Amino acid sequence: MLRHAIALLSGGLFGSGLFISGMTDTAKVQGWLDVFGDWDPTLAFVMGGAMIPMALAWWMRSKRVTALTGEPLPPAPSKEIDTKLIVGSVLFGIGWGLAGLCPGPSIAALSYGGPGLYVFVAAMVTGMAIAPFVRARLDRAVPAE
Amino acid sequence: MPIDWIWGLIGGLLIGTGGAVYLLGNGKIMGASGIIGGLVDGSGLNTKWERILFLLGVAVMPVVLYPLYRDVDTHITDNYWVLIAAGLLVGIGTRIANGCTSGHGVCGMSRLSVRGIVATCCYILAGGLGVILFRHILGVI
Repeated sequence: MLRHAIALLSGGLFGSGLFISGMTDTAKVQGWLDVFGDWDPTLAFVMGGAMIPMALAWWMRSKRVTALTGEPLPPAPSKEIDTKLIVGSVLFGIGWGLAGLCPGPSIAALSYGGPGLYVFVAAMVTGMAIAPFVRARLDRAVPAE
Repeated sequence: MPIDWIWGLIGGLLIGTGGAVYLLGNGKIMGASGIIGGLVDGSGLNTKWERILFLLGVAVMPVVLYPLYRDVDTHITDNYWVLIAAGLLVGIGTRIANGCTSGHGVCGMSRLSVRGIVATCCYILAGGLGVILFRHILGVI
């Protein structure tokens, strides 16, 4: 029960932040990526602002063993830079630039963004369903060391 | 608009607070692509309600705030081919890379994760080059 309430609260904060910051506006995202156009610095402030409470949370994490619900806290991050990380991030970046949408804002704008948002989210969900097969192919092409 | 950066900063603080609540409350990294993707490919069905309620929060709060806010156009393209291609790339890419702007960007970079920083550099670079190619050279967006 508590973990569900926390998930709802966290999602609500995330959605409010995406909406208020203007990150559900594809023109702002593309405007930030478009260094040769009319450059829009907003995204840098959103990223910077989001890092502050998050860095604080990581610092607090080092003082605790478990989360509020008693779940274990995430372990130290992996340092492995593999092909999947690079190829995946490049593919994601191209899509992000094309539509000006990433997964969080596409859900935040789903209620009011019109049919274009349904098309994007449907394609994104399809992509996520295909991803395990693409991942398996990449694993075969570039075996892990 | 000159005050957009203030809204950006306030919104950013809210996004980060959401991530902090998720981390310290449930012990999880708040990554939108992971939360959605785990429901889609079935890998996260054991925590499905946590995921569904998180996404419900994300989708509902803009509806609540909508009447209070001034400029809410998403400026989304009406070219469905572009949206389909972009959606597929975002869906496949984030799942292969195991994260997107929230997981690798906000949560990863704030703890100086090497993977988070490398992923963020890659998608920003690819996004920037993509916009140059598709907007300034091909003119499709």
